[in-house]
Amino acid sequence: MLTDILFFFFAGIAIFCGIMVVTRRNPVASALWLIGTFFALAAIYTLIGAFFIGVIQILVYAGAIMVLFLFVIMLLNLGNDYQPDLRSRAWMITAGGSGLVLLAILGRVFAADTTAPLGRLTGPEAVATQVAEYGAVGAIARPMYTDYMIVLQVTGLLLLVAVVGAVMLAKRRV
Amino acid sequence: MMLQAETVHQVGELSATGFVVASTIKILAAFSLVMVTVAMLTLLERKISAWMQDRLGPNRVGPGGLLQPAADGLKNILKEETNPAESHRIFFNLAPMLSIIPALVTFAVIPFAAPLPTQWGLVEMVIADVPVGVLFLLAFSSLGVYGIVIAGWSSSNKYALLGGLRAGAQMISYEIALGLSLLSVFFLVGNVRLTEVVTMQQELGLWFALPLAASFILFWISVFAETNRLPFDLPEAESELVTGYHTEYSSMKFSMFFIAEYAHVLTASALMATLFLGGWDIPGWAGDNIRVIGDGTVVGGEPAWWITLLTFLAFLLKTAFFILVFMVVRWTVPRFRYDQVMDLGWKIMLPVALAVVVITAGTILTLDELGVEYGLVYGLILTVVNLAMLAAFLLILDRGRVLAGTGSLTEKRREAQEKARLRRREEAMTTSTGSTAD
Repeated sequence: MLTDILFFFFAGIAIFCGIMVVTRRNPVASALWLIGTFFALAAIYTLIGAFFIGVIQILVYAGAIMVLFLFVIMLLNLGNDYQPDLRSRAWMITAGGSGLVLLAILGRVFAADTTAPLGRLTGPEAVATQVAEYGAVGAIARPMYTDYMIVLQVTGLLLLVAVVGAVMLAKRRV
Repeated sequence: MMLQAETVHQVGELSATGFVVASTIKILAAFSLVMVTVAMLTLLERKISAWMQDRLGPNRVGPGGLLQPAADGLKNILKEETNPAESHRIFFNLAPMLSIIPALVTFAVIPFAAPLPTQWGLVEMVIADVPVGVLFLLAFSSLGVYGIVIAGWSSSNKYALLGGLRAGAQMISYEIALGLSLLSVFFLVGNVRLTEVVTMQQELGLWFALPLAASFILFWISVFAETNRLPFDLPEAESELVTGYHTEYSSMKFSMFFIAEYAHVLTASALMATLFLGGWDIPGWAGDNIRVIGDGTVVGGEPAWWITLLTFLAFLLKTAFFILVFMVVRWTVPRFRYDQVMDLGWKIMLPVALAVVVITAGTILTLDELGVEYGLVYGLILTVVNLAMLAAFLLILDRGRVLAGTGSLTEKRREAQEKARLRRREEAMTTSTGSTAD
């Protein structure tokens, strides 16, 4: 019961912050509201017993990635030049399309008889037993470094490509 | 494990109401203690600087100047508050709060004494023993940078902005080395719960400062950078940026940044004491090896109120040690240049931390494969490996500056000058001979 109340409380905060992100005109304000969304999400993860994911959400997204975002926004000191970009038809279609895809994915999750994602048991009970058995970190680490080892390595390669690309873009004349 | 064979004591579990009451008392006590300690730390810093510079320091208010922090606080509350005309008002007011809250919240996960038996049940001496303790601490202490960055940006002041940007760049750079050096602790503990970290150090019979010496030193250096203390206080470098990110702040808002900084120092010291100096463990005595296994049951020693008190004192002493080092270092060494900070972070700390993680993990894997039991021998082998790594690291970092004495550097400089003079003479010779040949 209390969990339900807390869930709707944090879900409400997440949605409110999300709306504020897209309606603010000041980019720094948008970035700060986005951090609020991350916190609400982290709270929801914690409510279902996924402590590790919740804390990593804050550590990585709120603690590192958003700091870099703020950096870029503050250094570029964006004026109002970006507004025609946001209002163009192509952007609206892209945004609407992404929204529809997200809704479709949510609909599939809520529809009956969906198989468990990646063939694993989910939900608070399954997470709780996993955490009790292997600890908060072990519950994530075991499947990640045993069953999905190759996927993990490929993701690492992807990140490496992104880093090399960023260096190439930043250093135009080598 | 080993402790299973030892005695089990049943104290009884707290009821739900008891838990709420105990938690409330713990929160209030810890909060007041932290705030008073922070106030006293400002006095201690001034006293230590006075002592190191052969002055008296504040000694007018109260006995020996003890009430100086109260006088400072009163002055800051009564002072006029200035709001720069060009500032972004909401963010300008938000920044001090964003910087003080993470600094105070992080103390919640640090265990500060052995569990206390009461007639209502066993009370654990930690406010929130969350399963992701260390990560929680890292996550929230990394949020402190928002306060500084936003303060710098919202002031609409170039010095402040530069200070904020420096703080952001510095914290992100050193967080990597910080996280990597923490990994070695996780390898040994197998968990990120801070109470487990204390238990595993008691079981090993050695504090992690020795078997993980290399990680310990790397962590220590990174913590200096994370708390923006000298020699890493570039965000508020007085000689370059007036006072950096809080240039435009006055009265209590200015004071809040200082409370945040000292609270950060206190939490960081307490964390280092817990991770590497055994937390509340009293050295050389097995009576305090108390391990809670749930339902108010403990294994190992029998909990008693005087053990709780003694372990709390041990924890205070260890924390005080790190705080003192923070302060003595501040008044001893000069500030780095900005490029030196970045070089140290990315070119020295990061690769060394990576190497240390790989070697420590390899050693632990080898020990486990060989079937060495987790205990003193295990710890001593790790100590030897880590001290070797530490020596190599310090020699690389030092390059004949401190360990070999500054004399060696003057010698090198003289040699280099000699060589340069010779080369110049040769060049002069060749040009002169060239001209005569023509």
